[in-house]
Amino acid sequence: MSAQKAPTNEMQRLTFWERIYLPEIARGMGLTFKQMFKPTFTRQYPEERWEPEGSYRGRPVLVMEEDGERCVACGLCSRVCPALAIEVRAGETTQEKERYPVLFEINMLRCIYCGFCEEVCPEEAIVMSKDYELVFSSQEEGIFGKEKLLVPVAQLQDRLEFLRQYR
Amino acid sequence: MTMEWTKILIWVAKGGILVNAMLVSAAYMVLAERKIAAWMQNRVGPNRVGPWGLFQSFADVIKLNLKEDVVPAAAHYHFHAMAPIIAIGVAITLYAVIPFGDYVIIGGHTIQLGMAPNMNIALLVILAMTSVAVYGITLAGWSSNSKYSLLGGLRSAAQMISYELSMGLSVVGVVMLSSSLNISEIIRSQTDLQWNLFFQPVGFLLFFISSLAELNRAPFDLPEAEPELVGGYHTEYSGMKFGTLYLAEYANILSASCLMTALFLGGWDVPFLPKLLGLQPGSIELALMQVGSFLTKSFALVFVVIWIRWSLPRFRYDQLMNLGWKILLPIAMVNIALTGIGILLFKH
Repeated sequence: MSAQKAPTNEMQRLTFWERIYLPEIARGMGLTFKQMFKPTFTRQYPEERWEPEGSYRGRPVLVMEEDGERCVACGLCSRVCPALAIEVRAGETTQEKERYPVLFEINMLRCIYCGFCEEVCPEEAIVMSKDYELVFSSQEEGIFGKEKLLVPVAQLQDRLEFLRQYR
Repeated sequence: MTMEWTKILIWVAKGGILVNAMLVSAAYMVLAERKIAAWMQNRVGPNRVGPWGLFQSFADVIKLNLKEDVVPAAAHYHFHAMAPIIAIGVAITLYAVIPFGDYVIIGGHTIQLGMAPNMNIALLVILAMTSVAVYGITLAGWSSNSKYSLLGGLRSAAQMISYELSMGLSVVGVVMLSSSLNISEIIRSQTDLQWNLFFQPVGFLLFFISSLAELNRAPFDLPEAEPELVGGYHTEYSGMKFGTLYLAEYANILSASCLMTALFLGGWDVPFLPKLLGLQPGSIELALMQVGSFLTKSFALVFVVIWIRWSLPRFRYDQLMNLGWKILLPIAMVNIALTGIGILLFKH
């Protein structure tokens, strides 16, 4: 090999059998034929659903305790949101936390699932859920109000545990 | 008088069965293509309509029929509508000369298993019709008045004309061996495993490669190269016009496979078995066996064509032309010369 001149282009590098294509084509076709009998990776979606881990960043939701949401309407999430998707309007309440959101809207058409809102929240009141099935048929439907955002704390245990462990 | 009428009735029945069987098998080849592609990519493929997705073809046809037929404002309306008709017309005409079996005697009538199986110029008809098929595609590309369609149509014209040469020349060896252009005669000369495949392996390979190019199939599917030309010559077609072009493409794959079976794989030949069982020529059992043999070989070739599409990448245009003119054509000519020498040495 050292005595020969080094190959300068692709055609010189190939052997005769590689250059007439046919044996290589047969080899490639053998490979695809073998693949036909291997198991498939397909998940039959509507019947088989994927259950994400706690680390998954699905749609952001508000954590709801027995006596209402944790949110104190500080507005940090709205401030940090890079896509300007969150609108919060604060109001007063007789509860211990004194403030609560009168209006809390996330525009799901703008949300980019970055998780900054969750990271900045001092009360752990807004967290990313496992919900990845978001369907709406109009732009108005894409704006989620409190009625859609509030999720009982019991359903968010995986995410809250993950946050406590890694943050 | 009654004799005439039964003859006409048999002809109409044969034609109806042939056209319907062809269209249904073309529709099912689309499903087969999708299924085999899926299996080769470790997927499942269409499985929602009916058991294992078997009714997907009907769903597709219904969908195509219900879709809006959009014709571009700049397109030439009449030529635009004519192109799919030419394509499917040529595709159906090809089946007229293919014999699916020898003959069967039912109630004293001798029925040939094919529309015109004993035509003495059948092979020429086929080569001529494949040339006409270029018009359908080129017309579709040109009349759409779109750059992608035009490029697709032009590529297809250049490619089909180039490969017709090596295709025609690769058949010459077979014609020399059986000294006939009649497809039935060619098949009869191959009885009992004396298939032309064993005497003309190079001819078979050349014919197979050239038919892939003629059919615009991968790895020669430049006329409809999706990444560069959107859809090629049928970019501007929609609804059932698109469906017709698509159907014609698959019908052509099947007819090319039938032709390869007839010319190289012994056609309807069932080796040795009929003599062992003592079946008479003309009996229904033998006819069924012959048709079964023919269709099994044809669909096996269809599988190979689909298999190649999902294994090989597309050729570049200059590589395609180099292969056609500089490699296949000389090999085809040498093959003819060698066949002639072989016939001189061994047959006389």
